[in-house]
Amino acid sequence: MNNPDHIHHRNEATIYPIDWGVLQILLGLLLLLVVVMYIVAVIISNRRYKQWPYSRTLFWVLGVFFAAFALIGPFADRAHIEFNAHMLGHLLLGMLAPLFMVLATPMALILRTLPVILARRLSRTLKSWFVRTLTDPTVGSLLNVGALWILYCTDLFKVMHQNIFVHILVHLHVFIAGFIFTMSIISIDPTSHRRSYLYRTIVLLIALAAHSILSKYIYAYPPNGVPAAQAEMGGKLMYYGGDVIDSVLIYILFYQWFRATRSRTSLSKDDRNIKVIKLTD
Amino acid sequence: MTVKMAKSQSDPKYENYSAYSSRNLWSGFLFGLGLVSFLDEVVFHQLLHWHHFYDKSMSDIGLISDGLFHAFSWVATIGSLFMFADLQRLSALWLTRWWGGVLLGAGAFQLYDGIIQHKLMRIHQIRYNVDILPYDLTWNISSVIIIAVGIMIIFRTRLKREPSEAITHE
Repeated sequence: MNNPDHIHHRNEATIYPIDWGVLQILLGLLLLLVVVMYIVAVIISNRRYKQWPYSRTLFWVLGVFFAAFALIGPFADRAHIEFNAHMLGHLLLGMLAPLFMVLATPMALILRTLPVILARRLSRTLKSWFVRTLTDPTVGSLLNVGALWILYCTDLFKVMHQNIFVHILVHLHVFIAGFIFTMSIISIDPTSHRRSYLYRTIVLLIALAAHSILSKYIYAYPPNGVPAAQAEMGGKLMYYGGDVIDSVLIYILFYQWFRATRSRTSLSKDDRNIKVIKLTD
Repeated sequence: MTVKMAKSQSDPKYENYSAYSSRNLWSGFLFGLGLVSFLDEVVFHQLLHWHHFYDKSMSDIGLISDGLFHAFSWVATIGSLFMFADLQRLSALWLTRWWGGVLLGAGAFQLYDGIIQHKLMRIHQIRYNVDILPYDLTWNISSVIIIAVGIMIIFRTRLKREPSEAITHE
C-alpha cells in the first residue's frame, strides 16, 4: 500500500458490510459448481445422445477459469488497486470468458439434459419476445459497450470502489453483458431468432468502433480518481487487448458465414464430379 | 493485353471472371485497406514509434473516425480474406483484378489517413519534433501513385462485353 497511485484510498473505503475474503470463497465455490454442473450434464447427455464434443467441455472450463482469474485471488486484489489490472480483469471477464463459454454451447447441453417437458418449456421461453429482444446484437452491444461508457464516464466508477454491492453488480453486469453480446454475434446455440450475417457484421463493427473510441477516451480523460499514467496504460490495454479478442470474434463470425454460403457451390471434389455427370447427361 | 484477353475469353473461367469481377475488386479493395491500416499500426506506431496513440489536438470527429476505421480495418482484413477463399471456392478468383483492388484500397486509405485524419482531424502527425512537410509529401504522393497504379490495373482488367452476365446461375 505504499503506492500513492492506487485508485482509491482503501483506508477510507473499506467499510465493507461483507468480508471480502468470505465473498471470494463463496464466489470460488459458485464457479466450481458451474464447472461441475456442466460436466455432470455432459455425462448425462452422453448416456442418451452421441458423445458431446470434448472441445466444448474444454471451452467451458477455460471460460470459467478466466472468469475466476479475474474475480478471485491475488489478481482480483490488484485489480482493485491498479487501473491496468482492473482493465485486464475486464478483458478476461467481459470478453475472453464469455467467448469461451459461448463456444461451449451451454444452452444446447441444457436442452439435451433436461427432461423433455422442461426442455420444451425452456425452448418456448427462448422463443419469447423478451429473450428475442435481449439477444438482438444491437441490444447486446448497448448492454455491453454502452454500459462501459457509463461506467468510465460517470461517477459510477468511483462509487463502484466504495460500495461492495455496486462492485458486485458491475462485475456481474460486465460478464452477463459480455456473454449476451458474444452470443448475439456468434452463438451456434439454439437461440430462437438468429439475425442475418450482414446485420451482425454491421452491429459488431459499430460495437468495436465504440470500444476503440472509449479506450482512447479513457487514455485522454482518466476516469474519476485514476492517475493519468495508469489511465494511459489501461486505455492502451483495452484498445489492443480488445483487438486481439475481437479478431477471434470476427474470424468466427465470418467463418460461419463462409460455411453457411457453401451450399451454392460444390462441397468437395466428389460433389463436383456428380454435378458434372448430371450436366453431361 | 488484347492477346491475353482473347485467351481468357476462350477460357472456361471467363464466365466466372465476368460474373464475379466486382467481387474480386471488392475483396482486394477491402484487403488493401486493412493491410495498410495494419502496416500503419505495426510500422509507425509500434516499431518506429512515430505515430502517437493519442494527440491532444485531436478533434472529436477525429477520435470517432479513428475508432471507426480501426474497427473497420479489422473486419475488412478478415472479411476480405474470406471473400478471397469464397472466390477460390467458386473458381472465380481473378488475381490481377484482385491486386488492382488491393492497390486502390491501400492507396485510398493512405490518402484518407494522410489528408483527412492527419491534417484535418489532427488525430496524430506522421512524426513529431521534425519538419513535417517532407513526411506529409512523401506520404500523400506515394498514396496517389499507389492509387494510380491500382486504377490502371483495374482499368486493364475490365471486361469489354459481359456475355454471361445476364445468365448467371446464382
